[in-house]
Amino acid sequence: MKLIGVGNRWRGDDGAGLLVAAAVGARRPAGVEVVEHAGEPIELIEACDGAAAVWIVDAVCSGGTPGTVYRIDAAAGPLPSALFAVSTHALGLADAIELARALGRLPAQVSVYGIEASRFEPGEPPSPPVALAAEQLADALVEELARCALAG
Amino acid sequence: MRVRIEGGEVTEVALDIYEPPRFFEAFLRGRDFAEAIDITSRICGICPVAYQMSAVTAMESLCGVEVGGQLRALRRLLYCGEWIESHALHVFMLHAPDFLGYAGAVEMAREHPAIVADALKLKKAGNEVMRVVGGREVHPINLRVGGLHRVPRKAELATLVEGLKRAREIALGAVTLTATLDFPDYEQDFELVALSAPGEYPIDRGRVVSDAGLDIAAADYMTHFVESHVPWSHALHSQRTNGSTYVVGPLARFATSYDELTALAREAAAGVGLRSPEHNPFRSIVVRCVELVHAVDEALALIAAYEEPDAPAIEVTPRAGVGHGVSEAPRGLLYHRYEIDAEGTILDAVIVPPTSQNQTAIEADLRGVIERSLELPDAELSIRCEQTIRNYDPCISCATHFLKLDIERV
Repeated sequence: MKLIGVGNRWRGDDGAGLLVAAAVGARRPAGVEVVEHAGEPIELIEACDGAAAVWIVDAVCSGGTPGTVYRIDAAAGPLPSALFAVSTHALGLADAIELARALGRLPAQVSVYGIEASRFEPGEPPSPPVALAAEQLADALVEELARCALAG
Repeated sequence: MRVRIEGGEVTEVALDIYEPPRFFEAFLRGRDFAEAIDITSRICGICPVAYQMSAVTAMESLCGVEVGGQLRALRRLLYCGEWIESHALHVFMLHAPDFLGYAGAVEMAREHPAIVADALKLKKAGNEVMRVVGGREVHPINLRVGGLHRVPRKAELATLVEGLKRAREIALGAVTLTATLDFPDYEQDFELVALSAPGEYPIDRGRVVSDAGLDIAAADYMTHFVESHVPWSHALHSQRTNGSTYVVGPLARFATSYDELTALAREAAAGVGLRSPEHNPFRSIVVRCVELVHAVDEALALIAAYEEPDAPAIEVTPRAGVGHGVSEAPRGLLYHRYEIDAEGTILDAVIVPPTSQNQTAIEADLRGVIERSLELPDAELSIRCEQTIRNYDPCISCATHFLKLDIERV
């Protein structure tokens, strides 16, 4: 099992995924490899290689209330474009997942968690609602990962 | 894009780039001369090293410093990494799907997983060079005026060799593969402009030369080329000062520096019947693959010859004046000009990216291609036009299907 937090810790709420990964990693859940990732799509596909189940946490910017957490089963289909917009300047998480799927390299189980973000100023800490959401999601994920580890 | 066809004749082609201006030249004013490297890097997420290298050579030439030896070799290695990343992305993720009739790389990957998997390995080899020499894969942070912030150990560079050797095999295969694509019958007759330096393929420095005999120093660039606004687009259009159209990029480099490609790259080109000069812009995809072979080959040679320098940088003291920097971004010649004062504050900046230099040629090609394809239905014509634009690997082509084609047939 792998937990991959995606983001940039120097850009406010964009670091939400990394906060979750750090909080989960600090508790050393059994059988789980925790990865902090910058989100480069090819590296992301490689990071998923070899895992039977992957949890990916990233910040999203869809106009919702900051701190809202979305859960998407990416093994079932593409990420909703309302949450994971397609950029004209770079490939993103949604592209990486579709490319991995097309190449047969997507793990059987892929859960994507998006945390609604509100500010991305360079050098700023995450906003309070996003920091709180990251903490709560980390707690929930530790339990979820423990259940999955038991289920084998 | 607006096209007007009157009685079988194309009377208007206007490519409206609506992305708003980004004012980089304006907000460089007042910044320190050492900051231009990392500010201009942000202009492009695909070719940040090109911006860094043109900026840094402009500042160094202005201050009377030339960075040579292993420091220059490291910069050139970093630049090779960017070429590998950028060309692999463009050839396989953007251009090849056009030729093969797929909407994008994901659709192509479903039917040709092995090709796309190889492409990812190739791009990964470039990523690794960027990470080890530049500090990270995207927007590297290790270049500075006078050299680098930190020089890698020999052992760190050695970790790149295996991936690069695999990449070289993949690049050789890509030359063969792309040469079999179906190329529209179209040739252009524009002046081909690229850098040239004796004994090396143009990447990080050189004089500005052309297949029509131009041979000037970077400092004279602005007396031979002019950028202007056109009413229908936010993108600037470049021309020769005499008003003629020119082209920068792989076809230009291949035409003016063919003999400087590594033997393996030349053999690969000859093996598929690709000859210099090549005037069909659709064949630029094959030339890019030949350049991939070169970039990987040269990266391996630079690593093999690497000796750790004593210091990561040499001292550079600012002085008042004007400096010019040129380098070859994967998509073509990139020119920077800066004026700074004695304290090193930037007073003025001019940046001429390859995409604006190719803008006039892109519109001329579109006109030429449409004239030869008038019988195509609008939807197919639109795809052919996208493919034509993508020949130039412009920044605007990052979006797979960006083109809204308005055809008025009278």
